[in-house]
Amino acid sequence: MGLFDYFHANRKSANVAKERLSILIARDHFHRNQPSFLSALQNELLEVIKKYVDIDHDDVVVSLDREEDCEILELNIALPEKGRYTSDPDSLDQKNKI
Amino acid sequence: MTRIIVVTSGKGGVGKTTTSAAFATGLALQGYKTAVIDFDVGLRNLDLIMGCERRVVYDFVNVIHNEASLNQALIRDKRIDNLFILPASQTRDKEALTIEGVKNVINELSESFDYVVCDSPAGIEHGAYMAMYFADEAIVVTNPEISSVRDSDRILGLLASKTKRVIEHRTPVKEYLLLTRYSPERVKNGEMLSIEDIQEILSIPIIGVIPESQSVLTASNQGIPVIINKNSRAGLAYNDCIGRFLGEDIDLRFVDTKKNGILSKLFRGR
Repeated sequence: MGLFDYFHANRKSANVAKERLSILIARDHFHRNQPSFLSALQNELLEVIKKYVDIDHDDVVVSLDREEDCEILELNIALPEKGRYTSDPDSLDQKNKI
Repeated sequence: MTRIIVVTSGKGGVGKTTTSAAFATGLALQGYKTAVIDFDVGLRNLDLIMGCERRVVYDFVNVIHNEASLNQALIRDKRIDNLFILPASQTRDKEALTIEGVKNVINELSESFDYVVCDSPAGIEHGAYMAMYFADEAIVVTNPEISSVRDSDRILGLLASKTKRVIEHRTPVKEYLLLTRYSPERVKNGEMLSIEDIQEILSIPIIGVIPESQSVLTASNQGIPVIINKNSRAGLAYNDCIGRFLGEDIDLRFVDTKKNGILSKLFRGR
């Protein structure tokens, strides 16, 4: 048994519960406080990007953060590895031109 | 001015009905005319905890649908004169409750009652929403257990956004945390979330801590609200909650393992 396992086995389960809950509730609150249009925005963006690139729902992440009196809309799109671009000939042509 | 109290939790089986029965009985014992309404349409249980299941003729849904008058449906408690129970329907489903219907019943009760206690069903669907909509105060019943705390947090989110008070831009629903099935020994051994842990996460004022107690099951077996049992730690803890609710300053008890005196021996397991 390694040192990590030793400490892990001796950790009180109530502390584990509190730590898990704190993270969980912070995440719940984050999602609860997002404006309702964000998921619609995410879906529409996904539809547009899908015309050109083959991506999954989870590859587009839209979030809104607040920093003092400034709101930051963050858009994160994970493009797939090469070979997963859509096979639509038009869009392939476009890609070759680039 | 009638005060409407909702007893809610999100999670099932944490003690909402036990708490509703205790609160309504406790307020009535203090001299307030009190009605307790079972909102758990289809899964009626409050009448069992209050011990009046054989006296149910008409129910909440009958009143909403004008099939019976409110006075016909209200059951007067056998033990306490100014305590009344409005049972849920066992045969209908939750959709039978409407905002308009519930409003009419609450308005009529408001003409003569001091307190109306609304026993919410579990979940965050229609029934729970109906139970909380008209509330002035909310008792959020929570077990010191991870899923119950998370669900309570979810319910607090709904109380802050979906209730009549919020929609009408009045002062928000007053929220109180009630911890039930608390075991100081297990907290001491690091096996259970402590009062402080849960308060830190939910950050609402605490109205009481009910210790894990055999007398809660005994009371439910007999159809006698546990608050009536003055030999029960749970009953005494509920009684303290009523005092705090009415503005008294009462220390929490049965929350630590230190006091191993005659008292705790006397009350062991009760």
